[in-house]
Amino acid sequence: MLSRVAENIYWMARYIERAENTARLINVTSNLVLDLPKTVTFEWRNLVDITGYSTLFDENYTATDDRSVVKFLVGDFRNPGSVIRSLDSARENARTIRDIIPREAWEQINHLCLRCKGTLQLGLSRQGRYDYLRWTILGTQTITGMLAGTMNHDAGYDFLRTGRNLERADMTTRIIDVRSANLLTEQPTDLAPFENIQWMSVLKSLTGYQMYRRTMQVPVRRPDVLKFLFQDKRFPRAFYHAVCEVESCLRDLPRNDGPLRLITQLQRLVSDSKPERLSQVELHRFVDELQAHLAEIHDQISATYFSVALPATAQG
Amino acid sequence: MLPRYSYKMAIRWKEYPTQGLHDELMRGGGRPRDAARFLCQHLKHLSDDELQAHKAAAELAIRVMGITFTVYSQQGASIDRAWPFDIIPRIIAKSEWDSIEAGLKQRAQALNMFIDDLYHDQRIVKDNVFPLEILAGSKNFREQCIGISPPLGVWAHICGSDLVRDKNGKVYVLEDNLRVPSGVSYMLENRQVMKRVFPELFQEASILPVDDYPSQLYDCLAAISPRPLAQPEVVVLTPGIYNSAYFEHAYLAQQIGAELVEGRDLVVGDDDCVYMRAVEGLIRVDVIYRRIDDMFLDPEAFDPGSMLGVPGLMRAWKKGNVALANAPGAGVADDKVVYSFVPQMIRYYLDEDAILPNVETYLCADKKQREHVLAHLDKLVVKPANESGGYGMLIGPQATRREREHFAKLIRKDPRNYIAQPLLTLSTAPTLVGDHVEPRHLDLRPFILSGQKTYVTTGGLTRVALKKGSTVVNSSQGGGSKDTWIVDSEGA
Repeated sequence: MLSRVAENIYWMARYIERAENTARLINVTSNLVLDLPKTVTFEWRNLVDITGYSTLFDENYTATDDRSVVKFLVGDFRNPGSVIRSLDSARENARTIRDIIPREAWEQINHLCLRCKGTLQLGLSRQGRYDYLRWTILGTQTITGMLAGTMNHDAGYDFLRTGRNLERADMTTRIIDVRSANLLTEQPTDLAPFENIQWMSVLKSLTGYQMYRRTMQVPVRRPDVLKFLFQDKRFPRAFYHAVCEVESCLRDLPRNDGPLRLITQLQRLVSDSKPERLSQVELHRFVDELQAHLAEIHDQISATYFSVALPATAQG
Repeated sequence: MLPRYSYKMAIRWKEYPTQGLHDELMRGGGRPRDAARFLCQHLKHLSDDELQAHKAAAELAIRVMGITFTVYSQQGASIDRAWPFDIIPRIIAKSEWDSIEAGLKQRAQALNMFIDDLYHDQRIVKDNVFPLEILAGSKNFREQCIGISPPLGVWAHICGSDLVRDKNGKVYVLEDNLRVPSGVSYMLENRQVMKRVFPELFQEASILPVDDYPSQLYDCLAAISPRPLAQPEVVVLTPGIYNSAYFEHAYLAQQIGAELVEGRDLVVGDDDCVYMRAVEGLIRVDVIYRRIDDMFLDPEAFDPGSMLGVPGLMRAWKKGNVALANAPGAGVADDKVVYSFVPQMIRYYLDEDAILPNVETYLCADKKQREHVLAHLDKLVVKPANESGGYGMLIGPQATRREREHFAKLIRKDPRNYIAQPLLTLSTAPTLVGDHVEPRHLDLRPFILSGQKTYVTTGGLTRVALKKGSTVVNSSQGGGSKDTWIVDSEGA
């Protein structure tokens, strides 16, 4: 398989996943805000912090209300992580490999991208936002399903799953990091009843609430949620699960020594950790460490498979 | 009592106007040609609704199969358009086709010998058959190719020659495309569509198949591999998704089981071998079916600004470490001035008379012929020597006075670059227009593969001018296509 093709598949999958994650994050937040007591002002800007594009946001927006944040995260083409920009990037990557991916998947990507751009005004309005984002999530899930059901499960599919799961693992850490730090900065006693719904919202951002209930069979509490989201083996958006998916893909690929070594290191790090015991400061540091590992794995995959160069002896 | 089929029949051949031209299916007066009789009979019995249903079925098949060509939109992003297709096929009797095929093989053979001669001893020039001035003025002669001997002595492995008929039905060669001829994928796909639309006709008549082209192409390419492997690494080199023929590049790559690569996927090592960058590592490439022009092939050898090519590719080719099809420099024979010498080439190299005639051609480089052209600009078609796709032409009888004066200036300024031909009244074939049939002009592009043996596609791509009266068949200018049936009516 050509390196260029592998790289395009990988990025296509990452961008589709990114669009979906961002859409989920906004929908769950919108829902949470409605349940918060009137005395609490929710900081929408936290969502921008999760995506890591705070500087870009500050340069272009003065207000930090929901409208500005949603516009930035959904419809701002200047933001490389926005929903429409992610979908557009996914489409551009897919376009160059149209002869590799199944035709109907390409059509769905194309259609989703055009529809999201075409109905953007709906997505930016308070009334239309929920449906718009739900439709977007459904659209990305359709693509994922089509690819699973119609594409050869060959090296190309391994790169697809690798891209998706690295992006997913990354997003999971971001959501845990920012959300747990900003849940309720100071926790006055009269807000205690709301702690529960906020951890629920963390789970829901990752569509993990139902699965948490089934798996953990305990109330929604910080230590258990952290354990679940970092270490669960079966929940698709748990960090550990996503990393294991990447590992299984890499095992199928040639010349996998370098990337596999890194991924097994990371697996060990996560399974040996005790996330439920971490203080807020330690948690933040832990997340930083995991993200550094993910970045390193990405670099290693990229160097091994995407930037194949002449060996020193044959260098022209 | 009403007859069961009381609705209107769509096609009444008696009313079909042949206009005194040669029509591919009809003799005139409602009488079909022999090879087309079964088709005309069949079509005659289709009602309006049935005919429209067939048309819709073809359109659906085209959409489903994803046959597209690319046009450029104003935003710079490309759009794929469905390929305009007419469901009434063009039919040629096998007996006639056999002689056309022999003519095409003869032509391809002579052209390859000519190219090989030009890059070696230039005997044809020394023997005064081909003028030195013409060679000196050739835009596509590549000095980098002098002295190179590609495998099997073949330079133009894939050639697409355009055939036309005049109003008397005589077949002429209009031009030979030896650089990167395109269209063969549409020939293959058109047949797939027709099999879905008219399965009964394929059972009824002996319509010769076209589907072996991809395997012939693969054999032709594999045969020139520098490494004697059972399965040499063959790739198709495309300029990329924004090229108008990208669909064809992807299609052919898939059909012959080759990797579809862009220039940036390839790299030349200091062992002067070509490698492709793959997830497995660097993989040595043996044969490149290149669909990019000479000038963009290798920024080291040609246009240094080319982003499409592969630095060092010419080096690798010259050393014989990689085969290129077509070979660089093959385009020297893809020149309308050189074209006019093909009958002489055939006599010179093969000692035979040309089976297929050329269209009468005036060379503006020759003083006497130039004066004739300038005096008859209102009757002639003037073409630049090296353009393709119908660009930069003057159709004298349809041009304004100002356009003719402009061309007179161009010709005087650069006579080597212009030729003129009489305006041929191309043959027509019945074409579905709305709910009835009308004659439309067409041509035919067969493809000739040259390797250990010479292979000609069974028929080729029939291109049809969909605008009434138009003779411009190029897809970029409102042309469409038809399936081409070579019918063996004697054997049936």
